Amino acid sequence: MRSFQSMLNYFPEEVLEHVFDFLTSHRDRNAVSLVCKSWYTVERFSREKVFIGNCYAISPERLISRFPRVRSLTLKGKPHFADFNLVPHDWGGYVQPWIESMAKGGVNLEELRLKRMLVSDESLELLANFFPNFKSLVLVSCEGFTTDGLAAIASNCRFLRELDLQEIEVEDRRGQWLSCFPDSCTSLVSLNFACLKGEVNLASLERLVARCRNLRSLRVNHAVPIDALQRILMQAPQLVDLGTGSFGQDPDSDSYNKLETAMQQCTSITSLSGFLEVVTARCLPAVYPICRHLTSLNLSYAAGIYSDELVKLIRHCNKLERLLVLDTIGDKGLGVVASTCKELQELRVFPSDIHGGNAAVTEEGLVAISAGCPKLNSILYFCQQMTNAALIMVAKNCPNFIRFRLATLNPTIPDAVTMQPLDEGFGAIVKSCKGLKRLSVSGLLTDQLFLYIGIYAEQLEMLSIAFAGDSDKGMFYVLNGCKKLKKLEIRDSPFGDVALLEDMGKYETMRSLWMSSCEVTLGACKTLAQKMPRLNVEIINDSDQMEASDDDKQRVEKMYLYRTLVGPRKDAPDFVWTL
Amino acid sequence: MEKGVAYDNDMNLKATELRLGLPGTDESQKEYSSFVKSNKRSSEEMDSSCNEEECAPAPKALVVGWPPVRSYRKNVLQQQQKKSDSDVSGMYVKVSMDGAPYLRKIDIKVYKNYPDLLIALENMFKCSMGVYSEREGYNGSEYAPTYEDKDGDWMLVGDVPWDMFVTSCKRLRIMKGSEAKGLGCQ
Repeated sequence: MRSFQSMLNYFPEEVLEHVFDFLTSHRDRNAVSLVCKSWYTVERFSREKVFIGNCYAISPERLISRFPRVRSLTLKGKPHFADFNLVPHDWGGYVQPWIESMAKGGVNLEELRLKRMLVSDESLELLANFFPNFKSLVLVSCEGFTTDGLAAIASNCRFLRELDLQEIEVEDRRGQWLSCFPDSCTSLVSLNFACLKGEVNLASLERLVARCRNLRSLRVNHAVPIDALQRILMQAPQLVDLGTGSFGQDPDSDSYNKLETAMQQCTSITSLSGFLEVVTARCLPAVYPICRHLTSLNLSYAAGIYSDELVKLIRHCNKLERLLVLDTIGDKGLGVVASTCKELQELRVFPSDIHGGNAAVTEEGLVAISAGCPKLNSILYFCQQMTNAALIMVAKNCPNFIRFRLATLNPTIPDAVTMQPLDEGFGAIVKSCKGLKRLSVSGLLTDQLFLYIGIYAEQLEMLSIAFAGDSDKGMFYVLNGCKKLKKLEIRDSPFGDVALLEDMGKYETMRSLWMSSCEVTLGACKTLAQKMPRLNVEIINDSDQMEASDDDKQRVEKMYLYRTLVGPRKDAPDFVWTL
Repeated sequence: MEKGVAYDNDMNLKATELRLGLPGTDESQKEYSSFVKSNKRSSEEMDSSCNEEECAPAPKALVVGWPPVRSYRKNVLQQQQKKSDSDVSGMYVKVSMDGAPYLRKIDIKVYKNYPDLLIALENMFKCSMGVYSEREGYNGSEYAPTYEDKDGDWMLVGDVPWDMFVTSCKRLRIMKGSEAKGLGCQ
């Protein structure tokens, strides 16, 4: 062993670097840099892709000093529950300081991926003007910019390959941002603007597609009608991923035939989404020819496609690996998925009516899928009701779940048949799925479930709890048992100070903890903050519920704590107190 | 900002209690309404107040951030619903039947497909229209359903896909079988 180690020490750094080149996962690289000083040094100079799961855990300056050659940066900002309106918009997560530091530090940034961050037009302009090799911008659930910022990117990034906007509300400034791509831009590989509300210049779009011969992925927004889509497809038969835009109107037979022909040309499409404003099902058969090649299908915004048409479409898709639908598909429709899509790995069923109308799916659909799709490993399922028996069956059928997220429309609904808590059902899931990394539970749940989670969920990294549990014991079981836990988010559950303070060191092994509408008091949060200087304990006081009068006994409405190397953040707004 | 209303889980206050359920729903709905503050209830309580038939799914209660759907998606859904609600062409349409003294009105959006509609019409007018076939129409039946479309033409009900019918139907007329023969035959 020792001689092997000394051999490695004699390897010139270039060799080590070359070996490390094969390590793409940031976890592997993190592990490698812990081996010894020389490995740490070689690794840090060779790392080009950096992933930062919490933008406040580290500062831009320290990022650049450790990884001077960084070319690709992934940043996440707001806590996950910000997606559900639990965090005020201006809580934080600004990308501006990162871009400024990198510009100052001479970083050769090529790729930026942001999630739940605040991005301003100014940030986008900086990005476009200071990084000549910038190639790829991916924004997920971000906000704060307008189409002016997009225009800056389009105009100035000469080598832009990827512009991908997912689920973002972008203020439309009607500036024809798409027309800002110069005629010399031919490098686009991926363009996704499906979420934009505004109009785009169709002629510009068609010309852009025509000159970007390497375009593989194109997702257009609702403003692109079927006849424009058809012309675009004729120019880009090499597409692999298509977002159809509105797919609305009722075309005459001539337009329909043209669309059919265009679709038939696109023999490489394996991923399909869009159908944002389908008015009549008459156009759907045009996509049947590409259905048999599809591995990914996202119909979760296709509110206009009714259940029987949905099912007809899916019957053609026997290679599907990933399916996103609305619950209008119904249990019967899921039965068809189960018998057709034998390769299915990921399924997401979203609610079509937030208030739980008749369209919802039940435990039957889930059981059918688990029985028919043995490769299933990831599920997000919004349902009307659930039973323990169903979950136990699902656990038996599918032991390979990595992600299991269930949301009952009534958050505290018991087993629909026995009226018991759903502890046994979810317990079966964690017992059976030894590789489970992410879990969201809902329904009537007691501390018993959390005992099961603590005992069995050995690989669990992220857990979401809402309206569940009876006492501090529940939270304790989880914190004590789940050794790999990284993110814990809890809302409206009776966990309090005892659980919070039981094992304070645990939080340094995790990325973050969110607790809202629980029983935690200000005093306990202060204690925690005092004892653990490497944690930021933030109280969000957005509805003026708390006085700064320091009544330590008052309950804290929203608490978010996270480990950090750089102390309290300086950009916290007034309503955020870092204790 | 109110995130949920605190309820007292005391049965005696039931009469004066504010509830989030529909009027006439029973106390089993209370379990859902009272979840916000009384998480410490025991499972025995659950059983006694909630019997199988009546523990129905949630009423339209509004809890911040539940179900956990991204606000982007929520907004898009709401807009899509607004659009489909305001899609007026083909909602309430007049229905006339040959020989009947007065017309009726029905909301065709309520029906999911042709069989549903035909059964409803048959019940409303106490007539029989038989089964649709592409070649023969409703040949042989006492009555046949027809409709006036956006262009003002009288069409046989059943030829076009349901969705298309709903958006293009302006009014319905239930024709006598003898007259309808002309429409059905090729």
